[in-house]
Amino acid sequence: MSDKVDKVLTRISVNGVVHERWIEPRQHLVDYLRDEIGLKGTRTGCEQGVCGACAVRIDGETVRGCLTLAVQADGAVVETIEGVSDSGAIGDLQHAFLEHNALQCGFCTAGMLLTADDLLKAVPGANREQIRAHMSGNYCRCSGYHAIVDAVETTRETRRLAIRSGERNE
Amino acid sequence: MKAPQFDYVRVSTVADAVAQLRRHGDDARLLAGGQSLLATLNMRLSQPTMLVDITRIKALHGIAVHDGYLRIGALVRHVEIERSATVAQHLPLLTQAAPYIAHAAIRNRGTLGGSLALADPAAEWPACTLATDGELILSDGSKERRVMAGDFFIDLYQTDLHPDELVTAVEFPLPGPQRRFVFTELARRHGDYAIAGIAIAADVVGDVLGDLRIVFLGVGNTPMRALGAEMALNQTRGEAAALKEAVGSLKEDIAPGNDLYTSAEAKLHLAGVLLQRAVSSILQQGEQS
Repeated sequence: MSDKVDKVLTRISVNGVVHERWIEPRQHLVDYLRDEIGLKGTRTGCEQGVCGACAVRIDGETVRGCLTLAVQADGAVVETIEGVSDSGAIGDLQHAFLEHNALQCGFCTAGMLLTADDLLKAVPGANREQIRAHMSGNYCRCSGYHAIVDAVETTRETRRLAIRSGERNE
Repeated sequence: MKAPQFDYVRVSTVADAVAQLRRHGDDARLLAGGQSLLATLNMRLSQPTMLVDITRIKALHGIAVHDGYLRIGALVRHVEIERSATVAQHLPLLTQAAPYIAHAAIRNRGTLGGSLALADPAAEWPACTLATDGELILSDGSKERRVMAGDFFIDLYQTDLHPDELVTAVEFPLPGPQRRFVFTELARRHGDYAIAGIAIAADVVGDVLGDLRIVFLGVGNTPMRALGAEMALNQTRGEAAALKEAVGSLKEDIAPGNDLYTSAEAKLHLAGVLLQRAVSSILQQGEQS
């Protein structure tokens, strides 16, 4: 066993751009995104999988960035809050968060948005209880939970109406 | 905190994984979903020098029914079990239990084999595997052996797995048409580790319970099968007297300890509450069919 570990060449698509980097195996995905790629929207919170602030998507599924090594994402498609913000995919949800004051300090917001968007895609008619259950792995220490659930409910309704009037093609 | 330094190797066969385990011994850890391992590394509770990433071993994926078994590969993730129509049809206990495992983002990565090999006494899959007479398939790269769940979980985080073996799959015997299942647990918040939980299976013929399996999680060093409670309830209709006897026998059947939030006495009491709820629920399922 050598004292020095070997860096590993990884190729990861982040928000549509492929990055090749030699990285340390121990680097988790959030540090990779923030320090290697320069995307600071994903937060480093508890780093033990509890708080949900580090949510990112790998191959379309939301995961804990702090419980995923960057080397494990080799060859994968990673999407961050920057990617879904720029594409406009969650513009309605972001607007609802603003309207409902569903954020104060904003630390948890990226994780909240990605997690809520997953639920509304999977369960378009999710009720308040289902929203709370699905969001239970995301902590907000400003304690804006009611406002957050309100914002998700509002977005559920706007998406429903949009589907009914044919505005959304999804 | 950040994880300590370690080397990383990705393997594509069971034999290659075992070769790494033999080469590095105690310094190596298998990396599957990583949802417990990476947390312990970040907290520096564990300092392996080599992580062996097994997630791309194709043979460890997949859910299939064959020869009287539901076979689930060790690398099948919690979310895949939660959404599997095959699992829901053949072994609905697993479908019921899956949503209790942590949170959606963690279920997207954590695996069945990882949960069983870690053997956390508060985890859902070890209890479910015991309650369904599941058999673990273990491989050292050349030989396979089968171990019943009841023989696999030995003590706190201790299993029958040899240092150069990995769990490759679990085979659950397909239940008969009268078999019913209930899973439920109590936690402080949804997704937290359970204070106590229960997985039960029984043949419900008419309204009589038979061939019961009553297994608790979070109330001992391993998933705990409550043999006394099973005896008290087998061939009964879950009447008040039988239930009372079953609840009374739990103090012999299970061995809860105090944890940070809940005393051993409270856990024993809650186990009794869960047992009564589960029995009532399994009898209702029998009526509906």
